[in-house]
Amino acid sequence: MSVPHALLALLSEGPKYGLRLQNEFESRTGEVWPLNVGQVYTTLQRLERDGLVETDDGEGERSQKRYRITRTGDRELAEWLRTPPALVPPPRDELVIKVLVALQVPETDIHEILQVHRRNVIEVMQRYTRVKAAAKEDDLALALVADAELFRLEAIVRWLDAAEVRLKQLPQVAPVAAPAAPLEPTRKMEVSQ
Amino acid sequence: MTSALELRQVSKIYGSGPTEVHALVGVDLLVERGELVAIMGPSGSGKSTLLTIAGSLENVTSGQVLVDGVDLANVSRPDQARMRRRSIGYVFQDFNLLPGLTAVENVTLPLELDGISAKAARATGLEAMEELDVAEHADRYPDELSGGERQRAAIARAIVGERGLLLADEPTGALDSVNGEGVMRLLRAATQRGVAGVVVTHEAQLASWADRVVFLRDGHVVDETVAPPGPESLLEAGGRQ
Repeated sequence: MSVPHALLALLSEGPKYGLRLQNEFESRTGEVWPLNVGQVYTTLQRLERDGLVETDDGEGERSQKRYRITRTGDRELAEWLRTPPALVPPPRDELVIKVLVALQVPETDIHEILQVHRRNVIEVMQRYTRVKAAAKEDDLALALVADAELFRLEAIVRWLDAAEVRLKQLPQVAPVAAPAAPLEPTRKMEVSQ
Repeated sequence: MTSALELRQVSKIYGSGPTEVHALVGVDLLVERGELVAIMGPSGSGKSTLLTIAGSLENVTSGQVLVDGVDLANVSRPDQARMRRRSIGYVFQDFNLLPGLTAVENVTLPLELDGISAKAARATGLEAMEELDVAEHADRYPDELSGGERQRAAIARAIVGERGLLLADEPTGALDSVNGEGVMRLLRAATQRGVAGVVVTHEAQLASWADRVVFLRDGHVVDETVAPPGPESLLEAGGRQ
């Protein structure tokens, strides 16, 4: 979550005080990302230094200052909204590694390993779904944040399901011959963005 | 208090000899009123067989099925049919509303088949439609309803009257994820009013609406989720994994 850009977005609606920015940030992210007031002022200071926001006057207590977005700030915000986030997966996905390792450990039931993880992911999904179920129907921010997590988690379950089907299609998983194959994936998959 | 549905060591074998298929093997399952249970598993794992057996649409090869404490083996065929009409509601993938009947006639069909007068059936049907917020469309035909209204009418038909057990096979069909969620919200609301619900699905997001998820593989129950902690646990943890 980019706090500076979230603050710019809130200021794009009109000038605001720091405290109000903190409250609005929390309520609009479904209160999933808490933000303390110190972080708000540090970020605003940096934005002011970079010419992305300005205050009514340069003097006085920080809580007395009202911030407004500058033209440069508007441009920065518009550009950020359209810049794709990094979509390249982490170099070593822990779950993928565990499953690859499990295939090599003798007397390990790979289906049981897949199921342990499937159950665990679905239990986490149940918790996010409860957040959604308990939320007010018009709490769009919370629904969007919970959906994002749920889709991400669902993708893991689908990967586990696909792994299960691939394993079933093999006549039998061949036991690993000595010397043991490396435990980590060595093939690099390049994904261009 | 008896459970709404209980399967005891249920097995189902199709065919015989070399072509024999063990669709279910020694399945135990308890579903209480007020509880929504999702059944998940890959294709051919026995999910749909489990549902048809729970709904007494099919007989078991061995084991017992108890609906509201009544062992289906001790019930005559006509009585089983009555039980299906009175105690068990079904929601199908494509909702299966009959096009020649109005929404309320669709909802009350199981009651009228059961010999309840049209007037009394209509009153009960409207009550169920009221619960699902679709009563104002009672006299429209299915093709005059939106997709969401058809869903609601189909669920009203499944809970109309005194039904204690709601069975749903992939009830969100081809709906997009947000409308699919709408169906799950309605099923969850129905179970929270005291009905027992069993939903078969292969989608983890839909299953996550259930209180409990039971996993089937090759006809066996291999696992189930434990009751999740409240949602506050996620927010306290900062909301991110």
